[in-house]
Amino acid sequence: MIDRTLRGQTAIIGIGETVYYKHGQSPDSEFKLALKAVISACQDAGISPHEIDGFASYGNERSEAGRLASALGIKELRFSNMFWGGGGGGVCGAIGNAAAAVATGQADCVVVFRSLAQGQYQRYGRSAGASVAAGDDAFMFPYGVISPAQRFAMKVIRFMHDHGITEHALRAISLACYHHAQNNPNAVMQGHLLDEGKYDQSRWIIEPFFRLYDCCQENDGAAALLVVSADRARDLRHKPVYIMAAAQGCDERSAAPVHNMPHYASSHFAQLAPRLYRMAKLLPEDMGIVQCYENFTGGVLMSLVEHGLVKPAEANEVLVKENLIAPNGTMPLNTSGGNLAECYMHGLELVHEAVRQIRGVAINQVTRNDAAIIMGGPMVTPVSSLILGSELTL
Amino acid sequence: MSETYLPKGLPRPSAGPDGLAEPYWRATRESKLVIQKCTGCGAWQWGPEWVCHQCHCMEIDWIEIEGKGLIYSYERPHHPVHHALTGHGAYLVVLVELPAYGNVRMLGNLLGDPHQEVVIGSAVQAVFEPHDEGDPAYTLVQWRIRST
Repeated sequence: MIDRTLRGQTAIIGIGETVYYKHGQSPDSEFKLALKAVISACQDAGISPHEIDGFASYGNERSEAGRLASALGIKELRFSNMFWGGGGGGVCGAIGNAAAAVATGQADCVVVFRSLAQGQYQRYGRSAGASVAAGDDAFMFPYGVISPAQRFAMKVIRFMHDHGITEHALRAISLACYHHAQNNPNAVMQGHLLDEGKYDQSRWIIEPFFRLYDCCQENDGAAALLVVSADRARDLRHKPVYIMAAAQGCDERSAAPVHNMPHYASSHFAQLAPRLYRMAKLLPEDMGIVQCYENFTGGVLMSLVEHGLVKPAEANEVLVKENLIAPNGTMPLNTSGGNLAECYMHGLELVHEAVRQIRGVAINQVTRNDAAIIMGGPMVTPVSSLILGSELTL
Repeated sequence: MSETYLPKGLPRPSAGPDGLAEPYWRATRESKLVIQKCTGCGAWQWGPEWVCHQCHCMEIDWIEIEGKGLIYSYERPHHPVHHALTGHGAYLVVLVELPAYGNVRMLGNLLGDPHQEVVIGSAVQAVFEPHDEGDPAYTLVQWRIRST
């Protein structure tokens, strides 16, 4: 019987990104940003955009596959695909969808991309000002529970309560991201230094556990990467970065209304993570590169726990800045700055950084660079994760 | 004018075009708290769904319950994300678990001092907060600490 797996069948051969801007500051429209990122990924891979035959995205992406394919003069579009759900829950799932399309012969070269211009469109962290709330929102908006932070904070607060984890663990996550951004010329927060005192003095967004520096930025920009078959990847210019496993979904009833999901204090990865490691035939301790989507640092904490990278009882001890920074930390985290300090590119910048790490060309290069885990969009539904690896992990 | 915990101008609740939550919002106008109970298997269910998540029966009753619960989690938002909250300052939101009704959870504001200490597990009691000025009028369900 054929083993039903994506393991090692496809690889990422090119990554591209635009300049990253503070929200509302892109001189380009969202669609133009998307085009620039796709072309940049093709230049990195050394192929023509005419070779693209598929598009996959997530997070309610507005730049449509048909329009992009037309603008780029693509001769035959063979695959277009969107992952359900807002936010970054679909970042790894979109890559899994691209890999599945290539592995099953539906397409040969699929681009995974995300484009955001929040000056052109609405911001996430601000209410649109509608006068009526219906559906699940009717049970939240009239009580002042409107933004993503407000919808997720009670999950984090309950998790911290259950496990006795202090805000110092969250502070370490934030400090590591800002630390890594300082060497990254495309990081929006390069030059914006963060230390313990500045974190502790920062204002509450939501008390307790959501200070300003626990929350992601909102940015403008675009990023794209290219997925082809493993065989083809070996003939191209860069060291192939193999897709070892992709998993998506969420825990039982995690979208139950009015906060009635059975596993409440959760990032929703608990049932997904074992599937991911099984497909990759790798273990949490194999992951030298750890990239986790920071909508909020509390989401990172729960993701690390649910992926078996940190034990809740050890979180206060393990989650300290020295352990989380490259090159010598025990678990370097978000080594280009992530959503907090590089750019809120809905997590795609986390995947790009994992690719650079495996290639060995990252600015904050880690030493154990054969296997990377990327975790997308904690607490939203559905979520997704990815394991990437070098030739050695095959 | 009735007194409300949060300033006027926040979005008002609506049962929505599909009317799924209409029995709940109608009951709150009469100071009654109702949630769903499956006629097939007897499971309590909240928030509202068209189907029982356990036995898939689509005949679901709305049953009046006693508004007593325990604080399961909470948050104290400071940053205003809606224009109605600009300049208002911090407020408290609680997620309340109702042990007598299958541990369903409900969400509301915790009445009283917005800077009070909140202890997870504290007993709370539902309080009806009419918004007679609404168009149409509506009633929110809020929570206050209950002495045990």
